Amino acid sequence: MTRFAALMVSALRDLAPIIVVIAFFQIVVLRQPFPDLLGVIVGLLCVIGGLTLFIQGLQSGLFPLGEGIAQSFGQKGSAAAVLVFAFCLGFGTTVAEPALIAVAAEAADVAAEAGAIIDDDQARDSYAFQLRMVVAVSVGVALLVGVLRILKGWPIHRLIIGGYLMVATMTFFAPAEIVGVAYDSGGVTTSTVTVPLVTALGVGLATTIRGRNPMVDGFGLIAFASLTPMVGVLGYGMVA
Amino acid sequence: MSDFPRAFADAMLSTVLDVAPIVVILVLFQVAVLRRKPANLRQIATGSILVLLGLTLFLIGLENALFPIGNTMARQLTASATIGAESLSDGVHWQDYLPIYAFAAAIGFATTVAEPSLVAVALKAREVSGGAVHAWGLRIAVAIGVAVGVTLGCFRIVTGTPLPWYIIAAYVVVILQTFRSSKTIVPLAYDSGGVTTSTVTVPVVAALGLGLASSVPGRSPLIDGFGLIAFASVFPIMTVLGYAMVASWLSRRRKSKLREEA
Repeated sequence: MTRFAALMVSALRDLAPIIVVIAFFQIVVLRQPFPDLLGVIVGLLCVIGGLTLFIQGLQSGLFPLGEGIAQSFGQKGSAAAVLVFAFCLGFGTTVAEPALIAVAAEAADVAAEAGAIIDDDQARDSYAFQLRMVVAVSVGVALLVGVLRILKGWPIHRLIIGGYLMVATMTFFAPAEIVGVAYDSGGVTTSTVTVPLVTALGVGLATTIRGRNPMVDGFGLIAFASLTPMVGVLGYGMVA
Repeated sequence: MSDFPRAFADAMLSTVLDVAPIVVILVLFQVAVLRRKPANLRQIATGSILVLLGLTLFLIGLENALFPIGNTMARQLTASATIGAESLSDGVHWQDYLPIYAFAAAIGFATTVAEPSLVAVALKAREVSGGAVHAWGLRIAVAIGVAVGVTLGCFRIVTGTPLPWYIIAAYVVVILQTFRSSKTIVPLAYDSGGVTTSTVTVPVVAALGLGLASSVPGRSPLIDGFGLIAFASVFPIMTVLGYAMVASWLSRRRKSKLREEA
């Protein structure tokens, strides 16, 4: 119970900046009273309780789950199986991501406005759907490459810098209206459940495989997952 | 709040649908490929249910309490900044938007500190590094990065300068820093770029970008509204690498001082 109380206090500390910022701008800058103060307080209590439960569950559920899977794959010793798993995990968690669905729909509006596609519902829907598929495949490939890197022990910076160079080069050839969407697509793909699981998976693999350092080799999967969608979407913009 | 049970059920359903693909993939591989029951299944199941419950509560709270205020605030601030008539008559001056930059920096920092996925990565980093990486220090470094990034992103929307210039320049800085940094911090720094833009930050920052792009004369929300997330994902890499450089420089200095005294 004391442990739970400690988690609760740290959740409160995590949320304090938001409360301060919003109260300051509302009262000092905009000079307005809070609309529905009771609702706001109830909402804040929900947020604090929710964050507390989440962090508790993270340590007893998601982290052991990711590490357990990494260990079982390590003992099984089949590189192909873990690579297929990584791709499926990346593709599966991204394809239905609500943030991505929203961004893809907006991107279709941008493309229609710019005259890149015909401005009707069908064309827009199919553009948005294809974009989502491109991003989901990109994230799948990202985790696949990221896990392969852990298995092989490749240094991460060469791959990431290579990716940056690709993004920079493709920016000059891609249509201007897709660039903003492409850059943003890297950020929207990493959801709150995926991140802990993927982090635990990477660290678990690096711990299980002999000769790998969890700090040097275990992190980095998320980095790939935020880079490849940019390459994918820029590429899609050039082809579509 | 009278329809709370309903809101809870709705949020729960959408969280469950969100997580469903992950569960399907995990179960499939566990049963078909690994063919083994995880050792601590009961504990993992309880923990996962806690995660679901926690995330649901968290999202409901955000949607009822913080997002509406954050969005209204972004709209009011962006609208009030354009009222100045002289700023409209002779084009747009970036100085006219100072309160917005202040708000962008503050809200970027605050939402990042509360970001659950960043908490997860920070906890993991502390555990793996045996305490060498401070969870709180890492989160503050990332939050400062997001604050700087979002502020610069707002400046870009106001001035209408091309997005690629900023992002590519930021890449160049990150690449230079990478070669000056210790090998152990680089992967973590790269990761911290991606985790910042999640449940809490994206909705508020996106609303700010769209509000700003639609209120600044000559900007289109469709074209200029994008890009803030990209800023919020690159700048934390810089600040985390910078944090590590400063931390190692301080410890080196402390050591050499000790040696001098001895």
